[in-house]
Amino acid sequence: MVENILINGLIHGGVYALLAVGFSLIFGVARIVNIAHTAFYMIAAYLIYTFATRLHLHPLLAISLSIIIVPLIGILVYQLTIKPIQEHEVTVLIVTIALAMVFQEVMLLLFGGHFRGNPSLVTGYLEIFGVRVSYQHLLTLVAVFFVLLATWGILLKTRLGIAIRATAQDREVANLMGMNVSRVAMITMGISVTMAAIAGVLVAPLSVVEPYMWLHPLVMMLAIVVLGGLGSIKGSLAGAFILGFAETLVVFLIPLGAFLKGAFSLTIMLVVLLIRPEGLFGVVFEEER
Amino acid sequence: MEKLGKGIFIFAMVFLFGVLSFTVAFAQEIKIGIAGPMAFAQGQHQWFGAEFGADEINAKGGILVGNKRLPIKLVKVDTNEILNVPDAASAIERAITRDKVDFLMGGFRTEAVFAMQDVAMDYKKIFLGCGAAHPELCGRVAKDYNKYKYWFRVTPINSLFLLKVDLLLVGTAANAIRKELGITTPKVAIVAEKAVWADPIVGLGKTNLPKMGMEVVGEWRPSSTATDVTAELSAINAAGAQIIFTTFSGPVGIPYAKQWGELKIPAASVGINVEAQKKGFWEATGGMGNYEMTQNTLARVEITPATIPFYDKFTAKIGEFPTYNAATNDAIQILAAAIERAGTLDSDKVVTELEKTSFLGAAGRIVFTKEHDVTWGPGYVTAMGTQWQDGKLMGVWPVDWEGITYKGSVKYKIPPWVVEKWKK
Repeated sequence: MVENILINGLIHGGVYALLAVGFSLIFGVARIVNIAHTAFYMIAAYLIYTFATRLHLHPLLAISLSIIIVPLIGILVYQLTIKPIQEHEVTVLIVTIALAMVFQEVMLLLFGGHFRGNPSLVTGYLEIFGVRVSYQHLLTLVAVFFVLLATWGILLKTRLGIAIRATAQDREVANLMGMNVSRVAMITMGISVTMAAIAGVLVAPLSVVEPYMWLHPLVMMLAIVVLGGLGSIKGSLAGAFILGFAETLVVFLIPLGAFLKGAFSLTIMLVVLLIRPEGLFGVVFEEER
Repeated sequence: MEKLGKGIFIFAMVFLFGVLSFTVAFAQEIKIGIAGPMAFAQGQHQWFGAEFGADEINAKGGILVGNKRLPIKLVKVDTNEILNVPDAASAIERAITRDKVDFLMGGFRTEAVFAMQDVAMDYKKIFLGCGAAHPELCGRVAKDYNKYKYWFRVTPINSLFLLKVDLLLVGTAANAIRKELGITTPKVAIVAEKAVWADPIVGLGKTNLPKMGMEVVGEWRPSSTATDVTAELSAINAAGAQIIFTTFSGPVGIPYAKQWGELKIPAASVGINVEAQKKGFWEATGGMGNYEMTQNTLARVEITPATIPFYDKFTAKIGEFPTYNAATNDAIQILAAAIERAGTLDSDKVVTELEKTSFLGAAGRIVFTKEHDVTWGPGYVTAMGTQWQDGKLMGVWPVDWEGITYKGSVKYKIPPWVVEKWKK
């Protein structure tokens, strides 16, 4: 059972990590609480469904198109609706909630309330220590690893990364040093939405594509970033795997309460916050900044 | 010249008034409200089914009321009940008071249908249920006949009988496993979404499966909207189950079947999986849902002479298999026949005629019980078991049950990877 919990926990944690890190990134840099983050994940899932299943494009082409189109939508949305009100954090929060609802209703109009699915990119499974893991899950895990590694690399090893981190540290000083903070925020939004899009295309073959598919990941993602410490990428990673493992533990140890896995994860978040209100890496993150 | 102009104006007004009066007086129609969640498959199938029924009757000139044929006009009543239950009662109220519907049919979620039923009964509007299975909907007719007599359930069979059929389907799989794999006491894992309607099925399963010579090895209750059940499936695999007894009405049915097929979990999957009743299931699971068996109302088998023509017509025009909600087609025919026998649209008189119904619909012979419920059993509506076999949804039950085998049914197949794992 231990090996079951380990492998399944890693898989669930990996997908959550992809969403939570993207969300943390834009919050850390531009203080944008983008509630529509998982709605972009939903749009990516619908795009891959349209391209691969409806238009019968090659899956890799469908994935590429989805990963290109969604960030473009994200940047457009940022320029038109978020940028003008960026200084008012609560207004941004409300506007992004409205945006997510708009995206949901558009999908409902276009595709109806049907539950859609996408075929796996690779079929079959591998037995690891007696646990059956589908190739699609393994592919997801590997992709998550490389995307997170690439994000880490961009942030730490490139001029853009330095600009992003500088802006996250202090917008005003970064601005005085000649950085175009507005442009940095836009690019960060693009990176953040790209991560949501990648999560969407990776999850689409594993999950159900429907207009409300953004809600559960949103709750989990918010729980993860609060647990890890708002804006802390390291915290989001840790939070994602903690909650991923917590959900898996519930299924294995309390089969009758498998439906409680989400509630159990949120309880863990509450307990951690009671003991450490800034989240697991809140202080460390402040020091990093 | 001015007088001539006035004359023309007065003549035009009189003519217009005359035409309008004529239209109002002679263009009568029977308005039937189709109530369902129209953004979702359930509501859409109710609407399409009703359209088929109405088109057929209107092609003959309409329903004969006394000596006059009145065409049917369908009114779409979007209840939005999947997203928001209270919307349903308001939608019915609006349909009755603003759209002036004469009759109602449809409904899906039990809790919404209770509210819709109350509104319809207050206005003494006949309401033919085509979606909710709770026994109490008809229990109300028995308890307060004068108030609830306007309610009839056309489909599905009530949930007590759904349970019976469920156990018959598990029994079919267990017998195949005993016979082909030599396992005398098959182990069963119960997997049911966490919903009120699934609780009695789980309870009945736990009580009755051991009596049927099976061993229950565990019970898992994922959320109806869970998107990943690999952990549950891993646990079921570890428990050594040979049968998975499923109860799913929500979207969880898709990832479940997909992951079950992809991971080749060595246990036959049998029970209720509403998503597996749909044509899109094969595509949604990328073919991984092969061998999934689910309770159903219709398949392309000859339940009655009406089944295959309706099934083919629906599939060709809509591009989907008709679900049980599409029995609005039968409901329209039943209602039309009752109105013609009554010779009036008066609700009380039509109720009397509806109670005498014996109609060969697509899902079987529809006869209403004293509680106005659809009768279940051999010779009536039985429901059926369907299994996905290489991209086709085949009827696999009843086969030689109580002397019934619907023409076109095939033998239930144990998934080959289950055979490979357990064959002694």
